[in-house]
Amino acid sequence: MRLGADGRRRMTLTGTFAAAVILAIMPFPTWAEPFRPDWVGLVLIYWCLAIPDRISVGTGWLMGFIQDILYGSLLGSNALAKSLVAFLVVRLHLQVRMFPRWQQAASVLGLLAANQLLVLWIRGAIGQAPETISYWTPSIVGALLWPWLFVILRDLRRRGGIS
Amino acid sequence: MINVFGRSLGTPSHLTRLVLLSALSVALMILDHRGHHLEKIRAGLNTLVYPIQVIAAAPAYVGRNIADFFTTRGTLREDNEKLLAERQLLLARLQQFEALEQENERLRQMLISAAQVADKVIAAELVEVSAEPFTRKVVVAKGSQDGVYVGQSVIDAHGIMGQVTQVAGRVSRVTLITDAGHAIPVVNNRSSLRALVFGTGNPDTVRVPYLTANADIKEGDLLVSSGMGGTFPPGYPVARVVKIVSDPDESFLNITAKPSAQLNHGKQVLLVWRGNVSKSGGKNK
Repeated sequence: MRLGADGRRRMTLTGTFAAAVILAIMPFPTWAEPFRPDWVGLVLIYWCLAIPDRISVGTGWLMGFIQDILYGSLLGSNALAKSLVAFLVVRLHLQVRMFPRWQQAASVLGLLAANQLLVLWIRGAIGQAPETISYWTPSIVGALLWPWLFVILRDLRRRGGIS
Repeated sequence: MINVFGRSLGTPSHLTRLVLLSALSVALMILDHRGHHLEKIRAGLNTLVYPIQVIAAAPAYVGRNIADFFTTRGTLREDNEKLLAERQLLLARLQQFEALEQENERLRQMLISAAQVADKVIAAELVEVSAEPFTRKVVVAKGSQDGVYVGQSVIDAHGIMGQVTQVAGRVSRVTLITDAGHAIPVVNNRSSLRALVFGTGNPDTVRVPYLTANADIKEGDLLVSSGMGGTFPPGYPVARVVKIVSDPDESFLNITAKPSAQLNHGKQVLLVWRGNVSKSGGKNK
């Protein structure tokens, strides 16, 4: 079966997002749990940076909403945070694209931390804020992974014929 | 597309979209938290995403099956012997239990309070998916089709694990007692002191706040569920006190406890249906 150019593009996009969602709920040993990066956030940031005219706030909201359902968290909390991240990336995409890789990673750290901060506020407002400093490790791990993830996703994008 | 002041009306700008979607999110959050209006919708959505959970859990499931397949006969025989010995021991204890139960019932009748009938318990498999980072929740493969309801208690062989907070057709989500903001009423098994056990979000510790320095509590004390509030059945182990720090600057003791149930491993849990609920539960101690 051969896919058309359009089909291939759609496959690449859905494929990467689906992989991110599955990685986000894949079982992990309890001790390793704090080191799991926010895969969905990272993939969302990449696509918002690469093709902001197609992947932006709406997609961010949808991905956050799917996370909310899968996590059983307050409906709308991750959706709100992810749509904000998408908005920030789309706003800044021209600058961030020009950054050297390490500086990009630093911006990703800021974006992921903003996402987590918003979720923390919401969870705090309903009295479910976690009382541990390791809450912030996923953002740091995510930023450290960014340079590699960027290369992988760029290859996938080129292979999928998305420009 | 219609152009107004150089901007097209056909596709709203990113900012407009963000504002609209944020409003939608806030509305959803308020509905979800305040009125619990979304239970039906959420059950439907949970059923919709069930395949994703199955896919995510598949590698762990397959891995475990392969490991099971390669278990040697020797290990199986050893396990079998151990289990038989354990069964003997448990059966021996059960003989006593029945006598004690009858005695307890007689005593309760003398006190004119409703006798407590044994709780009905069924086992449920865990669906191995992770919860939201820094929350303590698990998914079990039993849902409303099996009669599971919101607020139902979940235990394992060692103590109370938590309560069911969301139910879909075939799966339900259990909030563990270690989840931040979760509270369970307990009573100190040694001194009958009443307290609350709070989750912190850490996987293996809980807090016992609001106890003053003169409270009768010691390290090593077992806290069992008191049954107050009616959510949890009374008499099940909840946590054991591991550390008490008394800071003269603070009005309450800083007490840390370790949950009795094995919350982070094991692949099965037990769902409890309450037996006859004691009518005068609040008054008699």
